[in-house]
Amino acid sequence: MPISITNEEIKETINMIQAENLDIRTITMGISLRDCADGDINKTCQKIYEKIVRYAGNLAKTGEMLAQEYGVPIINKRVSVTPISLIAESCQTDSYVPIAEAMDKAAKEIGINFIGGFSALVQKGMTIGDEKLIRSIPEALAATEFVCSSVNVGSSKTGINMDAVRLMGETIKKAAELTKDRDSIGCAKLVAFCNAVEDNPFMAGAFHGPGEPEVVLNVGVSGPGVVLNAVRRIPNAPFDELATMIKHTAFKVTRSGELIGRLAAKRLNIPFGIVDLSLAPTPAVGDSVADILEAMGLERCGTHGTTAALAMLNDAVKKGGAMASSHVGGLSGAFIPVSEDAGMIRAVEDGALSLDKLEAMTCVCSVGLDMIAIPGDTTAETIAAIIADEAAIGMINKKTTAVRVIPVIGKNVGESVEFGGLLGHAPIMPVNQYSSAEFIHRGGRIPAPIHALNN
Amino acid sequence: MAELMENNKIVVTVVGKDRKGIIAQVASKVAQLEGNVLDITQTILQGNFTMIMIVDLAESQLSFGKFKEEMELLGKEMGMVITCMHQDLFQFMHRI
Repeated sequence: MPISITNEEIKETINMIQAENLDIRTITMGISLRDCADGDINKTCQKIYEKIVRYAGNLAKTGEMLAQEYGVPIINKRVSVTPISLIAESCQTDSYVPIAEAMDKAAKEIGINFIGGFSALVQKGMTIGDEKLIRSIPEALAATEFVCSSVNVGSSKTGINMDAVRLMGETIKKAAELTKDRDSIGCAKLVAFCNAVEDNPFMAGAFHGPGEPEVVLNVGVSGPGVVLNAVRRIPNAPFDELATMIKHTAFKVTRSGELIGRLAAKRLNIPFGIVDLSLAPTPAVGDSVADILEAMGLERCGTHGTTAALAMLNDAVKKGGAMASSHVGGLSGAFIPVSEDAGMIRAVEDGALSLDKLEAMTCVCSVGLDMIAIPGDTTAETIAAIIADEAAIGMINKKTTAVRVIPVIGKNVGESVEFGGLLGHAPIMPVNQYSSAEFIHRGGRIPAPIHALNN
Repeated sequence: MAELMENNKIVVTVVGKDRKGIIAQVASKVAQLEGNVLDITQTILQGNFTMIMIVDLAESQLSFGKFKEEMELLGKEMGMVITCMHQDLFQFMHRI
């Protein structure tokens, strides 16, 4: 076959990988654990461990081989499982921590980076098992290394379960306490969602939804560095041109994810699920979403205009990516985790980016308040109220929103915290000093919103 | 979308300071590893030698990983940067 790719195109791709940090952020195998339920918790744990090892035993190796052959790094190999509250409910026990430990043991055995699904879906109400799961979260996160947990507290169809929101405020606080010797890192593995998606490959919020098949492979792409350089190439271009440039770039980035995902699924002999069209930053220099916003002409991320810039970026990424993949899903959009993005950290340290502005930004991009360190003495009610605000944005705008905040016990505004690796480091951000306690203690549900008369 | 067919075509790029005999050295290594050269383009950019070679490994006994390892080792010996990547990635990214 004659060469049908030009030298420029070959150079462009190699440059994306070598100089602009193009990578596949994650290949995530979703595994149903519905056949693992057993009245006996020990037997349940055993079945869960065996099933994960049986299905995902070759995941890490397959990922490494593909990365080597195709030259595109695959940063994370992960597993997501059926929300554990659905599996554990029939166990005669008060604590689901042993299940988290079984998941952790399996993750260690097969050499993956994270396992998600210590989760409950309680948007309308909690069963006894859901509540047991949520109450097990702090200890489960403290006792394990790889397990991630998420709880869906609201949706556009059901409204917001404010009892669950209150409980999540307490749970996050407790998880912080139990891991205070490690800068409260337990909270970095815990997300509260509104409108959680069932096929998300990204942690900490990945779980294998009840509507998913027996086993499936989902992919999350990355590539802020590639988009950043594309934006920098046309410094004074009007927005139409800028959006087109971002679309073209997102197409190419997503294409690499589609290829690797389909190959991985084929080699593992399981169905291919979705590509999550994401711009997921890393703490590496140049791999930052904030840098893209600044390259558009903002002096610092967080200043006036940031929400508009992010909205345009997010939409262009989706438009370009949607063409590149046969199935798009997951969270799909630009992520703005503070600690994992060098540009966001700088913006916070320079006083340009506040929690309130981040909340506004979450209205127009993927997910929500992510990897934000707050003072350790922040009350459970305030954390619950932060979750309620985010959930309200998701509920009204029919989008996924989430909160992953870390109240770092023993630290306050002016200090910072180092999580290491992809989780990065974060300056402690101030929260509003006025109380939300009375509001949170009302309990009950915020009714589902009306989806007409949109204003 | 068409069924994903895996093939054995590798894009080999060689970048470094220009001197005599680079193509000969790289090509003989490829031949030694039982690769079949399908296409070569080469230019000099500001004194920098840049070559792109498409190699078919269908008839080679070597795995991709081993081929890549050998080629990268050659690159180190020659003081050049040699990368090996599967051709499908380029095809997938740049052609619909």
